[in-house]
Amino acid sequence: MENLEKTFTVSIFTENTIGMLNRITIIFTRRHLNIDSITASETEVKNVHRYTIVLRTTKEQIDKVVGQIEKLIDVLKAFVHEDKDVVHQEIALYKIRTSNLSNADVEQVIRENYAKVLSVDTQFIVIEKTGHKSETQALFDKLKPFGVLEFARSGRVAVTKPMKELSTYLKELELNKQL
Amino acid sequence: MTTTSLVKEELKTKMVKTQTMTGSEAVIQCLLQEEVETIFGYPGGAIMPIYDALYDYLDQVNHILTRHEQGAIHAAQGFARTSKKVGVVFATSGPGATNLITGLADAMIDSTPLVCITGQVASPLLGTDAFQETDVIGISMPVTKWNCQVTKAKNIVETLAKAFFIAQSGRPGPVVVDITKDAQFELVDFHYKKCKTIRSYQPKPQLNLEQVKAAAELLNKAKKPMLIVGQGVMLSGAEKALLEFAKKTGVPVASTLLGLGVFPGNHEQFVGMVGMHGNYAPNVKTNECDVLMTVGMRFDDRVTGDVSKYARQAKIIHVELDAAEINKIIKADVPVWADAKEALEALITLVEPKKHDAWLNEFKEAKAKENQVLLENRAKDFPEQMTMDEVLSLLSDLTKGEAIVVTDVGQHQMMAAQFYEYNQTKSNVTSGGLGTMGFALPAAMGAKMANPKKQVVAVIGDGGFQMTLQELGTIMQNNIGVKIIILNNGFLGMVRQWQQLFFEKRYSFTEIQSPDFVALANSYKIKGQKVNQRTELKSALEELLNSDSAYLLEVKVAKEDNVFPMVPTGASVSEVRLQ
Ligand SMILES: Cc1ncc(C[n+]2csc(CCOP(=O)(O)OP(=O)(O)O)c2C)c(N)n1
Ligand SMILES: [Mg+2]
Repeated sequence: MENLEKTFTVSIFTENTIGMLNRITIIFTRRHLNIDSITASETEVKNVHRYTIVLRTTKEQIDKVVGQIEKLIDVLKAFVHEDKDVVHQEIALYKIRTSNLSNADVEQVIRENYAKVLSVDTQFIVIEKTGHKSETQALFDKLKPFGVLEFARSGRVAVTKPMKELSTYLKELELNKQL
Repeated sequence: MTTTSLVKEELKTKMVKTQTMTGSEAVIQCLLQEEVETIFGYPGGAIMPIYDALYDYLDQVNHILTRHEQGAIHAAQGFARTSKKVGVVFATSGPGATNLITGLADAMIDSTPLVCITGQVASPLLGTDAFQETDVIGISMPVTKWNCQVTKAKNIVETLAKAFFIAQSGRPGPVVVDITKDAQFELVDFHYKKCKTIRSYQPKPQLNLEQVKAAAELLNKAKKPMLIVGQGVMLSGAEKALLEFAKKTGVPVASTLLGLGVFPGNHEQFVGMVGMHGNYAPNVKTNECDVLMTVGMRFDDRVTGDVSKYARQAKIIHVELDAAEINKIIKADVPVWADAKEALEALITLVEPKKHDAWLNEFKEAKAKENQVLLENRAKDFPEQMTMDEVLSLLSDLTKGEAIVVTDVGQHQMMAAQFYEYNQTKSNVTSGGLGTMGFALPAAMGAKMANPKKQVVAVIGDGGFQMTLQELGTIMQNNIGVKIIILNNGFLGMVRQWQQLFFEKRYSFTEIQSPDFVALANSYKIKGQKVNQRTELKSALEELLNSDSAYLLEVKVAKEDNVFPMVPTGASVSEVRLQ
């Protein structure tokens, strides 16, 4: 159904220019769409940046939004995928009082969740877990009884399952120009 | 080669050579390279170096000092929309730049190519709340096709080249280039190279022949086809192709507000305007036709009314350059993502010659009935007073539908759309998408600057005129021969009409008093007169048209006339009301 809300991952490839993030996000703001998470990084192609935006909306709405994003002069290409078409991951950090470590259950939780201890201080330790949001959330819920001093989760990073590479798209863009 | 063009060539070759100059001079040189002849602007602290550089080039480029930056940008819009050129604007930082915002939004939504150059505080002061610093890039981002801040002189040339390319290619739009004051002073080696491509920007798609074939097939089978044309036809220069296509297919041609003039208003296949205040037949027949083809229009809500009841029975062919417009509002059965001219030219070879006389006649009969009802009602309601329609019909007759008519926003705007017969392309300038009151007077100045030999008539309401009337000063100082008609109904008429129809006649703040417009014009050394009587109208209009300089005519019209036909908000186009 076109008008059913779902989670979408929007991958946007842009030139490395000032203000791109702003240009992209105002397209969502204007349509009263709330972004769940956003990440940005350089891609495998130098000077081409990738924004990964996750949000819940309808297919019809997201297709229109992507149409507007692609209109931005410095956007090379934008794609929209459902969860089943991307391999995605998030990272979460949990800060816990070191004194609580003596509780044997903490170790158990770390083990069972394939989390790792990233840093140890006399006062606190930092645990790291990568996974889907549901997994990092589950760990949070389990650590909560031991007192989580701080918790931070990244936005989603995602690569797409279809095999076409960015460089192929870039070549196509160059070719279009020459026509 | 004539001597002037020889001189021009010589100048160019001279300029292509690398020369060291200030960033400011480079700005002016860029404009010359882009063959800019007219700039509209207003100086101030942060753009003073550019104005200083301009002072050395007054023999090569004309600058018009307006009375407000909004006036400058609307003038540039009028200039661009009636020529094939880009409108160029200068403004200073802070308030100068913020005064451009309405015009940018207007140009953005009506696809008008503009390059606006704003001065900015020196780069070390950025973000310090310095005097007259505003975040011009941030503020103008949603209302520009592209914008860019330049803090180094070495980036000025490339950025401006890009700005001109972006503004006029693809679906045109406004561009802002914000240049810090230090970059204006800095020295740079000038070497101009026109921008022809940008990797991440595809102005025009490749014509897809499959789509064109599918469209032709639908048209060839159609019994009751209808065509709606928009400004896109004009922007792609497809008027000739459209005429040929229409002749061959015999299809009735309707137009959007901004499309008026792309197809001759006096052509037998022209059936009028669609939309909220469009004609009866094209609205109703949108819901009766079997194939609805649209070219270069975007199904604005003022065109469609209730989208769920819009052309449901028809197969829809949407010829459109901007991919984001396809399926945005109305789902196309056959989308043709293409430049209008290329698409129409390809279609001409594929469509079968047809006549649709009986179908076309239905439009004609409906139009005759519409005219009759409107005339009778006005005669009944306003036996004595003049009404806007008669002023505009007479203006149309006297100018043979060949003047450039620039309208403001309100009842008079819709009346002009209905009663002026636009026979020429680029002759209809109005604020369509944004509906900006105060647009007409400055836009008409720009249109006149671009078309000094043409009759340019601004048709404005008593309300809208008072939003930008300071531009009378610009008209005076630069001897701009625009003809101004104020249709004075003593009301913010369009809002009053809605109050009458939908708010139980509660006229909340729509009655408006005006100064003595003629005396006001006279104080700016502009001739004018006011007419109250029908008997005086024709000679007054003739005097206006025959005047070889600016002229203001105020016509006192009925206070409470309404614009019909009307599709009330939320209603279907089939429910268009004649009264
Ligand atoms: C800048 C701006 N403010 C408000 C409006 C809302 N508005 C639309 S039409 C109109 C009335 C215009 O009155 P007038 O200029 O006298 O023209 P009339 O409708 O009487 O012909 C108003 C207030 C607008 N379109 N633009
Ligand atoms: Mg009025």
